Amino acid sequence: MTTNTHALALVASTFLASTVETVEAVTIVLAVGVTRGWRSAVMGIFAALALLAVLVAAIGPALVAIPISALRLIIGGLLLIFGLQWLRKAILRASGLKEIHDEVAIFAREAAAARANAPTDPKAFDAYAFTLSFKGVFLEGLEVAFIVLTFGAAAGAVTAGGLSAITLAALSALVAVVIVVIIGFAVRGPLARVPENTLKFIVGIMLTSFGMFWGAEGAGVSWPGNDAALLGLVGGTAVVSLVCVGVLKQRPVAEKSEVPA
Amino acid sequence: MKYIKAFLVFCYDFVIGDDWRMALGVVLGLGLTAVLAHNQHAAWWVLPLFVFVVLVISLRRARKKAAPKA
Repeated sequence: MTTNTHALALVASTFLASTVETVEAVTIVLAVGVTRGWRSAVMGIFAALALLAVLVAAIGPALVAIPISALRLIIGGLLLIFGLQWLRKAILRASGLKEIHDEVAIFAREAAAARANAPTDPKAFDAYAFTLSFKGVFLEGLEVAFIVLTFGAAAGAVTAGGLSAITLAALSALVAVVIVVIIGFAVRGPLARVPENTLKFIVGIMLTSFGMFWGAEGAGVSWPGNDAALLGLVGGTAVVSLVCVGVLKQRPVAEKSEVPA
Repeated sequence: MKYIKAFLVFCYDFVIGDDWRMALGVVLGLGLTAVLAHNQHAAWWVLPLFVFVVLVISLRRARKKAAPKA
């Protein structure tokens, strides 16, 4: 695997992960804004973005100061634990053991809850809309920031077109956010056409593979084939995940529980 | 104190999530990899093996949990 391919994998992973998280945030914000008005919802968005900016500004420089091998061990480990969580949920969803993430249902639920708590004075500050919008943007944004910072920091010397790894990761996240926000506000409804569950499956595979690659490198491992090993990890993780889905689908829960009544 | 506790709970949910055993498996895998690598052994296979084993175990547990109780 060349540095360019490594950079491409980094850009694709951060772009897809950011797309998924932004779709979730936009669904919440739209449900609140459409049903209760935009003033407080937009204030919530800006407050969340400001807090995220402060966090990134505080953590980002600290990450750069840590030696690369220690950074890869810690960040690779964190990314691996985080990625395995995504992958586990994606496998359970794909095999029918966990409810599929449904943006239409989430939008309907959030909108119904927002209507039920409708404010009496439409000009007054709406704490409900502010809080919901703030939480949606902050929590989903935190995941994007986590992925961008960890990918950007652990990728180290990976560059493309004169851009550093952290810049590439941040730009691909930004492009994903802008695209999803534009489409979301054009549609003014849940982004049901985004294949969110498939994207989460792919992102889970990528996060887990990058986590293994960097974590092991940080622990002192030299991968056979150097960067090309990352391709093997992505392929291996995909195969294991698809086999798990196949096995879980073949043995439905109800059939397995052969307990005498 | 209440806020610190809430923050720690949030961090735990954010990084570790539904199954702490997977996180433990990753930490053990990384530890064993580091020990083998620093003793000049080929250790690249250890972490993927740990990861795939803990994933399968976790999925089996989730499946058993989802099984209806008789």
